[in-house]
Amino acid sequence: MARKVTTGAKIGWTILAWVVALLIFFPILYALITSLKTEQEAIAGFSLIPSGTLENYITVQTQRDYFKPFMNSVILSVGSTILALIIAIPGAWAMAFAPGKRTKDILMWMLSTKMMPAVAVLLPIFILFRNFGLLDSRIGLTIMLTLINLPIVVWMLYTYFREIPGEILEAARMDGANLWKEIVYVLTPMAVPGIASTLLLNIILAWNEAFWTIQLTTTNAAPLTAFIASFSSPQGLFWAKLSAASTMAIAPILILGWFSQKQLVRGLTFGAVK
Amino acid sequence: MATQNTKTLARLMMAPSVIVLLVWMAVPLAMTLYYSFQNYNLLTPQNVSFAGFFNYQYFYTDPAFFQSIWNTMLLVLGVLGITVIGGVAIALLLDQPIFGQGIVRILVISPFFVMPPVAALIWKNMIMHPGYGVLADLARFFGVQPIDWFAQYPLFAVIIIVAWQWLPFATLILLTALQSLDSEQREAAEMDGANFFNRFIYLTLPHLSRAITVVILIQTIFLLGIYAEILVTTNGGPGYASTNLTFLIYRTARLGYDVGGGAAGGIIAVVLANIVAFFLMRAVGKNLDK
Repeated sequence: MARKVTTGAKIGWTILAWVVALLIFFPILYALITSLKTEQEAIAGFSLIPSGTLENYITVQTQRDYFKPFMNSVILSVGSTILALIIAIPGAWAMAFAPGKRTKDILMWMLSTKMMPAVAVLLPIFILFRNFGLLDSRIGLTIMLTLINLPIVVWMLYTYFREIPGEILEAARMDGANLWKEIVYVLTPMAVPGIASTLLLNIILAWNEAFWTIQLTTTNAAPLTAFIASFSSPQGLFWAKLSAASTMAIAPILILGWFSQKQLVRGLTFGAVK
Repeated sequence: MATQNTKTLARLMMAPSVIVLLVWMAVPLAMTLYYSFQNYNLLTPQNVSFAGFFNYQYFYTDPAFFQSIWNTMLLVLGVLGITVIGGVAIALLLDQPIFGQGIVRILVISPFFVMPPVAALIWKNMIMHPGYGVLADLARFFGVQPIDWFAQYPLFAVIIIVAWQWLPFATLILLTALQSLDSEQREAAEMDGANFFNRFIYLTLPHLSRAITVVILIQTIFLLGIYAEILVTTNGGPGYASTNLTFLIYRTARLGYDVGGGAAGGIIAVVLANIVAFFLMRAVGKNLDK
């Protein structure tokens, strides 16, 4: 039942909420605006009206080969997420539909691996990668991102699979479906939304991962996180270009993120808040 | 219902994820532990020898160590304070009837999707820069001397940036929890004449307590590992003023090429993270039983 609200109060709350929201969003908005300014305009003092030049976007591509780190980001985030799904789906399925005595312990243990500070294993990983020739390679970094996100993938899939009613499986079995038919015709259609949500959230997490991607790459496999970080010691006028590169780096994931608000809460709280 | 057959099958299906995670957890950690007792510098890889507890002692007696622990604490607590209090306030605000709620929500959660280097560089250059940043423009408009954030208050500046990134997360989770509050309960409280303040203290806050716990614990895990934001803004400086434990280990290991020292620091970080993790596991575990 909706509460009765006076229009006056609603307008008041609306103004307050919009002011707060715009303040929070302001840095992103200002980066977008700055990306459309010339470098001289960018340092000429506060202004919300750019001259509308697209020059920076072109320069970032021609001078710094923006497309390469962008493609690396796409390959690494999508690749590592799919790899993690392939490893995790059978396990999560088994834990959700045929839980044993130890299932809960295994889940908790998996979660605990996520809590190991990355920096604690920086050196072993660095040395292993160096010895196996995996430094600055897409394969190495894909494996790395798969490992970091695997516990979250298992957990998310598990919470989604657990909501699929077991009776449906039993009914299918009664009707004579074997395990294969059960998976293909009954389980998969019901599991697809959960898998899609997991995919989405993990692409976002992998895209924004900024420890290993910076530590283990130099140029060849460097995704956008490492590329943007290289702007931290600039020479000459660069703010408008930095803004253009930043805008392009966050735009795709921002849009994906807007569609995944619900999954985000669920995935990052390991199902504790829905 | 579970036959021996399905049990075996279930084990087989779990095997890949369990084995992969087991290797991922055990091998590097064992190596870190091993290195922490070695004299091993990447610049002189031929001189490797047993060091006993020297690396731990070295790390422990380094004045930067205690400063980095202190900075880590300030960073985690500062960000938690801002995000939890701000998150509750904004969640309450977004729960009010407002026009364009969907868009407001999208604007508020956006910073969470901004990758750390971008977030830090936008703040460093466009917002907090002492010469050309928006805050400097604002200060000059009011006739005040602009603040050089990263020179004068480096750790505070990092806290602000990280809090900006995590405020949406806290808000989103608290808002989700808030919306599950039974509206009948709320109406009953309103009918009984409870004012906004009393409703908040006696109804809303207890209802949010579990979500707040989750926010605190999950953020702590991520906040202990803050790295990129420091790297692109202050690089840990001036001196060690904005160096947290993660950054100190990175400095020792990658910039000092000191494998032994870095590994000893890593083990210390693992111990600290485990203390936090212990509480998180208990909270999440309790929740699983429901």
